[in-house]
Amino acid sequence: MKTLAGNQLYWLVKREFWEHRGGFLWAPLVTGGIFLLLNIMGIIAAEIIGARHGVHIGELAAAKQHFAGGNLQSVISQMDAGDLSHVGMALDMAMYSSMALIFVVLGFVVFFYCLGAIYDERRDRSILFWKSLPLSDTETVLSKVISATLVAPVIATLAGIAAGILQLLIVALTLSFHGVHVWQLLTLAHPFRVTVNMLGHIPLYLLWALPSVGWLMACSAWARTKPFLWAIALPVATGLLVTWFGIMGLFNLSTGWFWQNIVARALFSAFPGASLIASDDLIHTGNNNLDFMNLGNAYQLLGSVNLWVGVAAGAALIAAAIWFRRWRDEG
Amino acid sequence: MSAIVTARNLSKRYKNATALDSVNFEIQPGRIVGLIGPNGAGKTTALKAILGLTPFDGELNVLGYDPRTQRDKLMEQVCFIADVAVLPRWIRVREAVDFVAHVHPRFDRAKCEGFLKRTKLTPDQRVRQMSKGMIVQLHLALVMAIDARLLVLDEPTLGLDILYRKQFYQSLLEDYFDENKTIIVTTHQVEEIEHILTDLMFIRDGKIVLDTDMDAVGDRFAEVMVNADQAAAARALKPIDERQVFGKSIFLFDGADRPTLEALGEIRRPSVSDLFVATMKGTYA
Repeated sequence: MKTLAGNQLYWLVKREFWEHRGGFLWAPLVTGGIFLLLNIMGIIAAEIIGARHGVHIGELAAAKQHFAGGNLQSVISQMDAGDLSHVGMALDMAMYSSMALIFVVLGFVVFFYCLGAIYDERRDRSILFWKSLPLSDTETVLSKVISATLVAPVIATLAGIAAGILQLLIVALTLSFHGVHVWQLLTLAHPFRVTVNMLGHIPLYLLWALPSVGWLMACSAWARTKPFLWAIALPVATGLLVTWFGIMGLFNLSTGWFWQNIVARALFSAFPGASLIASDDLIHTGNNNLDFMNLGNAYQLLGSVNLWVGVAAGAALIAAAIWFRRWRDEG
Repeated sequence: MSAIVTARNLSKRYKNATALDSVNFEIQPGRIVGLIGPNGAGKTTALKAILGLTPFDGELNVLGYDPRTQRDKLMEQVCFIADVAVLPRWIRVREAVDFVAHVHPRFDRAKCEGFLKRTKLTPDQRVRQMSKGMIVQLHLALVMAIDARLLVLDEPTLGLDILYRKQFYQSLLEDYFDENKTIIVTTHQVEEIEHILTDLMFIRDGKIVLDTDMDAVGDRFAEVMVNADQAAAARALKPIDERQVFGKSIFLFDGADRPTLEALGEIRRPSVSDLFVATMKGTYA
């Protein structure tokens, strides 16, 4: 027979994509499009205002420090290597910023996707159709985990990279109207490095998001009604109890530790960049520029206990979700 | 041939109610079994146990598998339509066919497309744009293209108009059912399926109160229309039910002597619904 387990998993993931095309595909594309559109409108507005007041305003924050009117090209030609690297960094920053919004949207998409992944099919009873097919609960839940931690982030990242490159071109084009050579600017930026960094962050995102994905899916499979309330209320109520009674003192840990490592990890780990904020404490990147995005630094997270404990907790919660999907009887 | 389903002391208790109470039954291959009972009698629980959707006590063997532990294997040979409108509302006809074709090893795509051609469904149509009857047509086309040994139908025609209901059972008989297949069906519209059933099971308060094949029903049960003057004599034979029509009494007998009954009046084979009503008397009282 043609059906293999791997083939079934592929079609299950495809099925998730069909159902959630709006969140997985259109949300990042539309967000990126809107961001670029706003940018273009902002640039046009700035150009018009600038022309009216006889001042030329460059859009780059970094470049602003260096000049106030006149020819940008002459400014750049007077810069030394250090200044030029700042321009490059500002351009990279422009790329990252266009992606940031897409990743905020991705965070919400993944959060609500996980929360509804198993609950929705129970609510509309379509679970009875899926269960009439020879598909195991393990395969089905794993297909949902893959959709949340791989399919959605990969699409968002690709959309982000496309938006970033377009953003870079827009900025470069705008500056070229002010006498700066486009190619010179583009060589200062690091679109390739930014792209590799973004793609390289996907596996980290997957690992870091697991406890959240697991917790939300377990709630989705377990709650009879209102999975959203349960998913939020349980960890927050536990956090309040812990805070009130000062339980963490028993372990020589602060109350903040509980909120940061249990509550926040359960709820917000699926938001991209959550690992970066956390890794600020866990690993020390030192410099205040964009080095923290570089994979060499980011991957130091793999050495942290927090990450791996989270992965283990996520795996256990996913196992719970599978069990609940198998045995939860709607009566 | 060995039984398709064998249940021994099958029990299921919910928190404050017994849904199945040490039930025993066997279902043979090539049969169409009607599982009939009032609301809350345990029909759906029995079907859920067979499909491995709920834990239970006792022994249950379906096609040689234990539905609790070997559900994934079992579902390659078992199909079910739980209810109308359990198809996901976002799915398109094309996607549903594609998906089942790739995940079900016993699905015949050409057959399914043949069934769909007879309907008004179009490949790009979504379930949410369909009427209840059309959803069932799609579901049935998918299910009938699966070469399963056991098909379980739980109130498959609930809420459909009579045209769709007739068409549903007709398709099942003409294009699906054969001696290698077995169908278990529950429904409240007994009259519509009684002519297609080969076996009958009545369930009441978690117990099987009647388990027989349809030929035996005619031998065992008899309905006699009796004139008023002989009604007392008929009552003496302990009928299980009595009702009045146009000044005559109709009595329903279980296992009474034929010649004696013939002396009282005209004998008919009782309809399943009359039998059902007689058997379930007092259920809701």
